[in-house]
Amino acid sequence: MMDAIQSEISRDRRAFIKKVLGGTIAGSLLLVIPAGAMDVPEQIPGMREQEGPFIKGKKFVFIVDITRCIGCGSCCVADKNEYQVPDGNYRTWVERYVIDDHDNVYVDSPNGGLDGYQKPRTDIPHPVRDTFFVPKLCNMCEKPSCVQVCPVGATYQTKDGFVLIDQKRCVACSYCVQACPYSVRFINPKTKTADKCTWCYHRVRKGLLPACVNVCPVQARKFGDVNDRNSEVYKILHQPHVVSVLKPGMGNKPSLHYVGLRREVV
Amino acid sequence: MHGLAETATGAIGYAFPNDLHVHWSLMIVLYPYITGIVAGAFIVSSLYHVFHVKALKPIARFSLVFALAFLACATLPLLNHLGHPERAFNMMLTPSPTSAMAGFGYIYSAYAIVLILEILFIYRPTLVVLKDQATGFMRTVYNVLSIGSDNLSSRSLHLDHKIISFLAGLGIPMACVLHGYVGFIFGGVKANPMWATPLMPVIFLLSACVSGIAGIIVAYMFIMKIKGRPVDLECIRTCIKYLWGFFILDFTFEMLELFSHAYMATHHWHALHELYWGPLYISFWVLQVGIFSVIPFFILTFMNLFRIGDGLVKFLAPVVSLMILFQVLLMRWNVVIGGQLMSKSERGSVIFQPQWLEKEGILPAIIIMVLPLVILYILSKVFPFWQEDDPYVSGSAASGE
Repeated sequence: MMDAIQSEISRDRRAFIKKVLGGTIAGSLLLVIPAGAMDVPEQIPGMREQEGPFIKGKKFVFIVDITRCIGCGSCCVADKNEYQVPDGNYRTWVERYVIDDHDNVYVDSPNGGLDGYQKPRTDIPHPVRDTFFVPKLCNMCEKPSCVQVCPVGATYQTKDGFVLIDQKRCVACSYCVQACPYSVRFINPKTKTADKCTWCYHRVRKGLLPACVNVCPVQARKFGDVNDRNSEVYKILHQPHVVSVLKPGMGNKPSLHYVGLRREVV
Repeated sequence: MHGLAETATGAIGYAFPNDLHVHWSLMIVLYPYITGIVAGAFIVSSLYHVFHVKALKPIARFSLVFALAFLACATLPLLNHLGHPERAFNMMLTPSPTSAMAGFGYIYSAYAIVLILEILFIYRPTLVVLKDQATGFMRTVYNVLSIGSDNLSSRSLHLDHKIISFLAGLGIPMACVLHGYVGFIFGGVKANPMWATPLMPVIFLLSACVSGIAGIIVAYMFIMKIKGRPVDLECIRTCIKYLWGFFILDFTFEMLELFSHAYMATHHWHALHELYWGPLYISFWVLQVGIFSVIPFFILTFMNLFRIGDGLVKFLAPVVSLMILFQVLLMRWNVVIGGQLMSKSERGSVIFQPQWLEKEGILPAIIIMVLPLVILYILSKVFPFWQEDDPYVSGSAASGE
């Protein structure tokens, strides 16, 4: 009986080692084979057929579902890796809101939420009534104040609705940093130019989702073409959901929407 | 420290993570301070040249050269601030028409041209005489500055006079545009509730007049003291009168702006309130309002409503002018730095402490503020500031102005 069990375990071990080895070799091959040779599935339908400098017929929106976010910080890690964001500057960050039963609102975002929220706050004097996480990133405004104020046109709005920065033109006067109502901009100490989230424009052009959307384990971040009636973002924005934008009074018309946005969120 | 952006030393409440950097530092405090002095000094000169306030004749020419010395340094803090100063000219070569900032190069250059032309025409007879007296290098300098003309006929001088009146008249709206525009750069930032007010250009303009007049009083009295010459007290009394008038307007508008915010009490006011009674308490209420506005206001009122002795004027005029110069500097600090201390999270503010040796720190700021005085000294070697030193004025009865 014992022998049978022993051999069973050995066989399992062998199978396990085989699988690990197989995985390692396959994984190493992926590193060696040029990326172009890989057939990465298209994540945004119709993007690979796009030709010319601007994306035609599409209108991209970003949706953050506050009711889903668990504050793990994966999005922040993915973003930092994608862009080598210098410490102390944030293209995206996650805020933690805690509301006590006296209606006091406590907000924090240590290190921009990069390390996740692994421990609860201990400095709340009253019982906690509610708590949630709010990821922040570029609002990709339809009427962007950063573009309006840039004196050299380094910050511009593409015809397909992206607000981007030309690093070769930016003089780093920081006027855009002052003008952005959402504080998503910073001066990158390495390039000495303005910097911010681009909704991963380079990935989108290749039919891939933004890095943060790709890694979110709970689909709190959604990205897609609102002109595509089959897309999830179309359904969210055209069905009776509680959807809002940040600081609507600023008149910037963000393309970043929030599902379940609470009035406490600024 | 991240080199470019100054890092705040801490935060009160919750500030957005990117708001911990105070991007517009001491350099951007100096920029409106310097352009304000330029605009104000020009106004002093125009009071004589355009509005014929005869008492200001002793300082009318000096004010223009004083303005030029500061104007020459107005771009230095900006260039020191830019992450890529080598691309600064792109603001003029490829300007973005929607940007308030893109206008700076044009407005600055146009104003500089008017100011330099006015100085050259006012000094032309003097420069012609000086050219005849000079030899070697200085002769070449005067030859260039007198625009190659040594015609001092009454017809020619009459034409000069017309041109000067035209330039001085043109210069007033341009000086107003130069500094009103600087106020607009801040007033047009809707994301910042402290800056976003249509009153901002007005306040900047009035404080510019105030700082310019005060600067001229201090510089004139200081130079006279060094030269051991008597101060023209009628001139100083007139300056003090204008300083009083402009300062009443300036201080009233500064307080009205704050009072309007408080009275309307929009949700922005709650954030502003925290700022004014928190991080800005000392620099705004105690220093800018309490010590450097209220006290100068009473001194100026006393000087203007009572006929006080010459000795007291000589003592109080530079004191009150220096206090006003500090007031305007504090106002620039409280607007530029203060406005950035409040995070756009509306839930917190940051603490900012300038460092001495940073790229945009206190030492570079001092150097930039001393430079105009060095330039003024060099200009004094070319342009005689005072009638007594002017060979043309002393050599002929006719005044070139």
